[in-house]
Amino acid sequence: MIPSKFDYVRPKSVDEAVAALKAGGEDSKVIAGGQSMLPLLRLRLAAPSVLVDCARIDEMKGIKDNGDSVTIGAASTHWDVMNSDIVKTHVKLLADATATVADPQIRHRGTFGGALAHGDPAGDLPAVVLALDATLEIAGSKGRRQVAAKDFFLDYFTTAVGPDEILVSITIPKLGKGWGTCYEKFNRSANGWAVVGVAAAVKVDGGKITEARIALTNCAAIPVRASSVESALKGVAVSASEIEKASQSAADGTRATSDLAADKEYREHLMRVITARAVSCAAGV
Amino acid sequence: MTELAEHVAAIGRPLKRKEDARLLTGKTQWTDNIQLAGALHMAILRSPMGHAKITKLDVSGALKYPGVEAAYGAAELGDLNASVPCVWPVTDDMVAPDFPALAKGEVRHMGDCVALVLAGTAAQAADALEGIVVEYSALPAVINMDDAIKEGSPLVHSDKGTNKCYTYKLQPQGDGAYEAAKAKADVVVKRRFVNQRLIPSAMEPRAVVASPMGTSGELTIWSATQVPHVLRVLLALVTGVSENKLRVVAPDVGGGFGGKLQCYREEILCVALANKLGRPIKWTETRSEDMMATHHGRDQLQDIEIAATKDGKLLGLKVDLIANMGAYLQIITPGIPLLGMFMYPAIYKMDAYDFSCIGVFTNTTPTDAYRGAGRPESTYAIERIMDELANELGMEPMELRKKNWIKHEEFPYTTVAGLTYDSGNYEAATDKAMALFKYDELRKEQVKRRASGDKVQLGIGISTFTEMCGLAPSRTLGALKYVAGGWEHCTIRVLPTGKVELVTGTSPHGQGHETAWSQIASDTLGIPVDDIEVIHGDTRTSPYGMDTYGSRSLAVGGQAILRAGEKVVEKARLIAAHQLECSANDLEFDHGVFRVKGDPSKEKAIQAVAFEAFSAHDLPDGLEPTLQAESTVDPQDFSYPHGTHLCAMEVDTETGKSTIRSYVCVDDIGIQINPLIVEGQVHGGLAQGIAQALYEGAVYDSDGQLLTASFADYLVPSAPDLPSFVTDHTVTPSTTNPLGTKGVGEAGAIASTPAVINAIVDALRPYGVNDVPMPALPMTVWRTLNAARQGGK
Repeated sequence: MIPSKFDYVRPKSVDEAVAALKAGGEDSKVIAGGQSMLPLLRLRLAAPSVLVDCARIDEMKGIKDNGDSVTIGAASTHWDVMNSDIVKTHVKLLADATATVADPQIRHRGTFGGALAHGDPAGDLPAVVLALDATLEIAGSKGRRQVAAKDFFLDYFTTAVGPDEILVSITIPKLGKGWGTCYEKFNRSANGWAVVGVAAAVKVDGGKITEARIALTNCAAIPVRASSVESALKGVAVSASEIEKASQSAADGTRATSDLAADKEYREHLMRVITARAVSCAAGV
Repeated sequence: MTELAEHVAAIGRPLKRKEDARLLTGKTQWTDNIQLAGALHMAILRSPMGHAKITKLDVSGALKYPGVEAAYGAAELGDLNASVPCVWPVTDDMVAPDFPALAKGEVRHMGDCVALVLAGTAAQAADALEGIVVEYSALPAVINMDDAIKEGSPLVHSDKGTNKCYTYKLQPQGDGAYEAAKAKADVVVKRRFVNQRLIPSAMEPRAVVASPMGTSGELTIWSATQVPHVLRVLLALVTGVSENKLRVVAPDVGGGFGGKLQCYREEILCVALANKLGRPIKWTETRSEDMMATHHGRDQLQDIEIAATKDGKLLGLKVDLIANMGAYLQIITPGIPLLGMFMYPAIYKMDAYDFSCIGVFTNTTPTDAYRGAGRPESTYAIERIMDELANELGMEPMELRKKNWIKHEEFPYTTVAGLTYDSGNYEAATDKAMALFKYDELRKEQVKRRASGDKVQLGIGISTFTEMCGLAPSRTLGALKYVAGGWEHCTIRVLPTGKVELVTGTSPHGQGHETAWSQIASDTLGIPVDDIEVIHGDTRTSPYGMDTYGSRSLAVGGQAILRAGEKVVEKARLIAAHQLECSANDLEFDHGVFRVKGDPSKEKAIQAVAFEAFSAHDLPDGLEPTLQAESTVDPQDFSYPHGTHLCAMEVDTETGKSTIRSYVCVDDIGIQINPLIVEGQVHGGLAQGIAQALYEGAVYDSDGQLLTASFADYLVPSAPDLPSFVTDHTVTPSTTNPLGTKGVGEAGAIASTPAVINAIVDALRPYGVNDVPMPALPMTVWRTLNAARQGGK
C-alpha cells in the first residue's frame, strides 16, 4: 500500500485528540482500527494531512453497565463488543449484528465507533444503534455533546461528527422484559457488505406484538427506520403470515440505490422479505 | 559412512508437503522480498479509459518529484518499447495487432500502460505519477462481442479494419456431416450459454526484479511467474538481450492459475530498462493493477446445438463460439478456445461434430489461460446441454449420460473430435459418487419439496466430466500451430554422500512439486524422500523445462523423473556389479540395495555406489565417474482424467439466493503420487469452479470501465461460502505414461461449474426455468425466476 503522504499522531486522551484534529485543520482525519480508512488511503481516495490515531485512548475503550443502559467506548473493537458479556446479555442485537461484520481479521481490528462515524450506508451497525435509540457522545474543541442516533447520520459517509470532533462513546438503553431482537443480513458472499440488512426489536405480550423498532441497512444514504412497518405491526398476532403482511410497507420512505448487487426493484423486494424474516426471528416465530 | 535411513515406499503416501512451513508462514523468497542495492522502483501510469486517443503526454513533470530518476512515455522509450509476444497464431490469416509495452498514441483497455516513472523508492515512484500530464480524447468503445462483429462497430484497432481476430473451423466428419446427423434426429436442443469473464486473482500479485548481475554482463530477472523457461526465450526474442546472458528465476510464487503464464509488458519493461540503465529495476503490482492488467480468463459466447433420437441416443453436436480476445493478443490468447475445441463431445459417443470459433477484439483486458483454459468452457456447455436435452426428452439426466457415454470396455476410444482416450471408467466413478451423495434420497426429498411448494427448493446437478491435460505431445502442438514443444526435463544427481539433487523443468507455484517429485524419485532410486532436494524455477540451475500449466507437470514431468531415475539405477547397477564381481543381470535392486541373486550377503546400497562413482577408484572400464542422469520426455499423448461431480443446491425462491447443501465428487486421475496433495488440488479447483458458477464475474460498462475492479465487487468466495466437500476417487491408470498418472490441477475447476448451475436450474425447473446466467448471484436468479413465472402465465 502506498498512500499519499500524511502525518500521524497518537494522542493519549480525548482532549489531546481534539487538539490534534484542530491543529491539523480540515484535512485531518481520525483513525482507530483503520478498516475503513486504509482502503481509502490505499486507493488515494483520501489524502489526509494528519491521521489522529485514537486506538489507544483509554477513555474510548471499555464497556460499562449503567443499570438501565450500556455505554461502549468508541474505540472498542468489534471482537470486544461481540464477546462482551454485558453486550451479549443486555444488547444482544448489537452482539449478533457485530458478528456478521466482515471477517474475523477485520472484527479484530475494526472498531464500533469507527464503523458508526464512517457513516457507510452498507455498514451493519448504524441500523442497530438507530433501532435501539442509542445516544452518541461527541467531543470537540467546544466541549462535549450528546446526539441521538436519529440525528447522527446525515448523508452518505457524513455524520454529526464535525471536522475537529471525535466520537467518544455510545450509550444504548437496555430493552425491558418481553423484547426479542434479530439482525437479519442479506449479502452475496459471507464476508460481503449487506445488500439489505434489517435490525429488529419486537416486544411481544400475550401473543401479540405491542411495539416494534425496525431499522434498515443500505436502503438509503443513511440507516432508516421502517416506521410504517413499526406501526403496522402494533397489535398484530405473532404469526409468520401476519408479520409478512405487515412488512409489505418496508420500502416506504427508503431511497434504494441501484448497484451491482441489487437494482432498486430487487432491493425494495428484499426489504420486504428480509424485514419479515427479521421480525419473525425477533418475535420467536 | 553414517547409517543410512531406510527407504519406505513413497508413492501413494499422503505426505505433508516439504514446502508447507515456508509457504504457510510466508518466510520465504517472494519476488517482492528481493532488495537490491541501487534499485530503481517502477510505477506505471495506466489508462483510466476503455478506449481513447492520447492527445497529450508530458512526463517531464514527474522528474521534479523527489527521488525520481527517469520517466518514460512511448516517445521517450523509443526502440526499447518492445511488443508483447503471441506464440499461437492459430490461423494463417489471424489478425495480430501490435501490442507495445507502452501505448503508442492510443489506449485500448482500462489499465493499458501509458507511461512509467523510475524512482529510488516505490512510494516516490507512485507519488510522481501525479506529475505526469496526460490528456485523452475518448473514442467509442466496444465491449459486447455480438456488437463487435457487426458491420459499423467501433474498431479496437482501426488500422485492421475489423474486430475479428480469426475464424477457426473443425469438422472431423467433413462439411455437412452434422447436418446429415441432425436430419435423422427426433429432438434438437439449442442454447446460447455465456461463459463469463473471470479475473484469476492469485494471492501474490505479479512482481518483477531485473538486474545486471555478476561480471559476465548477465541480466537476471526474478519474476512471480509460472514459466521461467518460456519467459527467458520470449524476453530474449523481444528485448534483444542475448538468451545466454539472460537468467530467469521464479522464486517461491504465490499462485498463478494461468495468470502468471505470460510474458507481460511489465517484465519486458523491467528487462529493457535494467539493461539500458545498468541498474536493478523493481516493480510490484497493486491489487488494483492486478484486477485490470493481469490477463483475464474465459469470456465466450457459446451457441451449442445437440441432436438426438427420441430414445436419447446422441447423433451430433454443433458448437459455434465467439471468444473474447480482449484488446490485444498475449502469449496464447487466440489458442485458449481451441484447447476446449476437442472436449465439447466430452465422454459421449455420437456420429458428427461441427465446431467453429470467431475470435473477437474488444476494449477489455486481454484474455488468456485461466485454470482449465478452454476445457471449463467446453465442459460447461456440454454438461449443461445434456441436462437440457434430458429435460426435453423427459429422461433422468444421469440415464441420458449413461446411455451415451463410452463404456469402460470400449477404451481406447477415438472420439468424434478425433482424440483417442486411453482409459476411463465412468460407470465406476458414477456409481461411487451416487452412493456417497445419496442420490435417490435427495431425488425423493426434491419431489416432496416441489409438492409442498416449499419456498426453498432443492436441485440436483450433475457433471460427468473429462478433460485433456498433460500438455502435450510436441507434434500435436505443432499441428495446432503452437510454436513450442510439450516435453519436460529432469536431471537426477546422486551426490557422494548419498543425498540427491533432482532438477526439474517444471515450475511450481503452490502445487507441491518438491514433495511429490521426491516421492517418485524416492521409489525409483530407493532413497528416502527426505534425502531428495528438488531444484526448480531458475534457468541457470534448471536450464531445460517447459514449466507448469495445463495439469502437465506430473503427467509429463513425472515421466522424465522416472526415466532419469531409471538411468541412474542402470548406471549404478554397472558399478555395483563390477565391485560385487558379478554380472549386472545377476543383481536384484530392492529399496535402494543391489543384491547378488542367490547370495544376498553380497550387497551394495545405491548411496555407497554413489560414493564409488565419485571417488572413481574402481569403476568398470570406460564408465564415466559420477552418478547422475538426465531425461527429456515428450509425452506419447494427452491424459484424460474424468470424474462424476454431484451438487445438491437449495435455492431460496423469495430472494434468489443459492446455497450448496452438499457436494460430492469422485475423480479418476489414475495413480496418485500423493493423495493429500490431490485432495488439496481438488478442493481448490472446486472452489474456483463454484466461484464461476455462483460468485465471480468481471463486469465492464459500455465505455470500458471495469466495474468489478476490487474485491468489494469482484466476489472471490472464502471458506464460509463453500460447503464441506466430499471427495473420493477411483483409479484407472493412464496407459500412455509409465507412471499411470493423469493431471489433477484443473479437474475441480473444470467439473464443478456445470454441476452447480445444473443444480440451480434443476431446482427451478418446475417454474419454467431452463437456464440461469453465471454468476448465479441472488438478483440474477430472482430475475430469471420472475421472468419464467411471468412467461408461464
